Amino acid sequence: MNEATSISTTDAPPPPRVEGTDALVRVRDLKMHFPVTEGAFVSRVVAHVKAVDGIDFDIRRGETLGLVGESGCGKTTTGRCILQLENATDGEIWFDGQDLNRLNKVEMRPLRQRIQVIFQDPYSSLNPRMKIGQIIAEPMMVHGIIDEADERDARVRELLDLCGLNPKFADRYPHEMSGGQRQRVGIARALAVNPEFIICDEAVSALDVSIQAQVINLLEDLRDEFDLTYLFISHDLSVVHHLCHRVAVMYLGHIVELAETEELFRNPLHPYTQALLEAVPIPDPTVEKARAHQIIKGEIPSPINPPPGCVFHPRCPMSVDGCSVNMPAFREATPGHWVACTEV
Amino acid sequence: MSAEARMVTASRTGKNERQTHTSTVRSGAWEGTHGSQHRDADREAVTKLLEINNLKTQFFTSAGVVQAVDGITYDVAPGETVAVVGESGCGKSVSAMSILRLIPDPPGKIVDGSIMFDGKDLLSLSDAEMREIRGRDIGMIFQEPMTSLNPVLTVERQLTETLEEHLDVTREAARARALELLNLVGISEPERRLKQYPHHLSGGMRQRVMIAMALACEPKLIIADEPTTALDVTIQAQILELMKDLTRKLGVAMIIITHNLGVVARYADRVNVMYAGRIIESGSAEQIYHDPKHPYTLALLQSVPRFDHTRGEKLKPVIGQPPDLTKLDDGCSFRPRCAFATEQCAQAKPPLEAVQEGHISACWEKSNVGLEESAA
Repeated sequence: MNEATSISTTDAPPPPRVEGTDALVRVRDLKMHFPVTEGAFVSRVVAHVKAVDGIDFDIRRGETLGLVGESGCGKTTTGRCILQLENATDGEIWFDGQDLNRLNKVEMRPLRQRIQVIFQDPYSSLNPRMKIGQIIAEPMMVHGIIDEADERDARVRELLDLCGLNPKFADRYPHEMSGGQRQRVGIARALAVNPEFIICDEAVSALDVSIQAQVINLLEDLRDEFDLTYLFISHDLSVVHHLCHRVAVMYLGHIVELAETEELFRNPLHPYTQALLEAVPIPDPTVEKARAHQIIKGEIPSPINPPPGCVFHPRCPMSVDGCSVNMPAFREATPGHWVACTEV
Repeated sequence: MSAEARMVTASRTGKNERQTHTSTVRSGAWEGTHGSQHRDADREAVTKLLEINNLKTQFFTSAGVVQAVDGITYDVAPGETVAVVGESGCGKSVSAMSILRLIPDPPGKIVDGSIMFDGKDLLSLSDAEMREIRGRDIGMIFQEPMTSLNPVLTVERQLTETLEEHLDVTREAARARALELLNLVGISEPERRLKQYPHHLSGGMRQRVMIAMALACEPKLIIADEPTTALDVTIQAQILELMKDLTRKLGVAMIIITHNLGVVARYADRVNVMYAGRIIESGSAEQIYHDPKHPYTLALLQSVPRFDHTRGEKLKPVIGQPPDLTKLDDGCSFRPRCAFATEQCAQAKPPLEAVQEGHISACWEKSNVGLEESAA
């Protein structure tokens, strides 16, 4: 993006990831450390799980930012911090000019209406004792959006229709629906309060491929129709490539690379991003035969005891002596392409 | 085969034998030329390691009879890797469980067909004979390395138990072999790992132990049911590479069951695509991916996003939902979702017929099905 070339040093101390004022979400040095306790009666903190350990990113209005990484890299925790489902240890989360970490419950409530979430598991995220219509109407009641019951019912039916479900499903229970249909209900529920920003946490990961494509298309259509901004959290690089404008790659609590989607996939700079892309099989036997299959060795270390220095250095094919000393700064290698590695 | 043999169940005493299931598909309609590398072999039973013929497995539930596997036929040549792909509920796992006779009865039952493995009809064996085959001649790798290892046994015991059960070896010899196996599957510090319990190990490490167990008795066939689905992508790549290396090196045939089209493309020689309990297309990986001749295969390939393609194109999802397996009619099960469906499709199920050598499809309209533009 060209607009990213003009680095403006605004008042915020860390360099902005997106220049200009159109960032809807701005995360600065976010840290979420969970205490690990020991002892049955008198518990004491023996260590911390550094799930998120100082990340910065911006999400522009109308943009879909992908957050990718493997289990335990902190991508879901990041989403939960933005939703204020976790009390972040440190850092700032600016949403449309307000730092969510500094708001109290009452101040947060109107913002919750503007920030919604779609979860991974369409089975456990819907209350099995409520009818679909009640599930979708509940957020409207909580936020006092439509007070008239009739109007609310009409709106529920409209939302179901919008999400590709038969409006008659309002009278059904979740167990009567397939996984794909439930995920559509989850989307309808998120849309019920007219949000601006939706966090999709592995929203299509549990679905079969043919159904997954339906839901991906629905998310795209809704984004275009309602100018939605998404944070799309996923481990599936192919889906992220398809759906996101920019992508941030996380590893052990750090963002190691962030760039426009085409740029990141065509020209991955960080060795971890390169390893990830190499590991994803492409559904084409001819392409697969031609690939080198340089497979990264080792396993993901525990976030309780992350390696010193660069968190990736024990598995990194390019690591040098300095890598075990300091975590490399997150720097803009080329305009709009950020990377945390000294060797690129 | 005798009725009781067909009803063999999985209820055998638990121990820790990992069961293996095996299957690869081929059509009855088209005999002879399927395996690309093995078609020279005249079709004596000997040349095929596994031959499944018209296998039908049903579950008798209060909601009706579920036709989980509805007459599948395929075979596996020695040393060959065959993939069975399909979405949830298409019968791919049940077909594998049927090969190992691990279908819980009730409610499940193998109601028809035959499974010839290495010259023996598995459906006519006694439970004891079947037990000898599982774990020795057929190894198994399951999706969930957490639940398929016994949590109260050390890694050493998990491995040596299989060895002692099937081979006449001493404890010492079994232990030495266990160490060798851990080395083989790339587990560092194998001496220390032998003493550990499954909960000490990461998911990828557990899956390596599963592979070591599957290989322990030098099986002829390994059935891997979603072996990497629960793993992270970099670990998945490691495990797949390991399985590929070892099966090639040791000449073990493999049936890999997965929903991941990328894994199949990277890994399999031959591919069977399943839908609603049937094999609807079968061929070499190249044939299936570059020249699909069944509308479902075509639709699947078009619905997967690929990061090596240009962005901006809409995905083409398969419309609708898979059918209810208790309510299958006489027509093609895919026709409600099919863009090519005609009158004929409602009348009768299309048989698997050859479209070219080694490539079969069950579609009345198969001559009209094809990729519009070839893959980039």
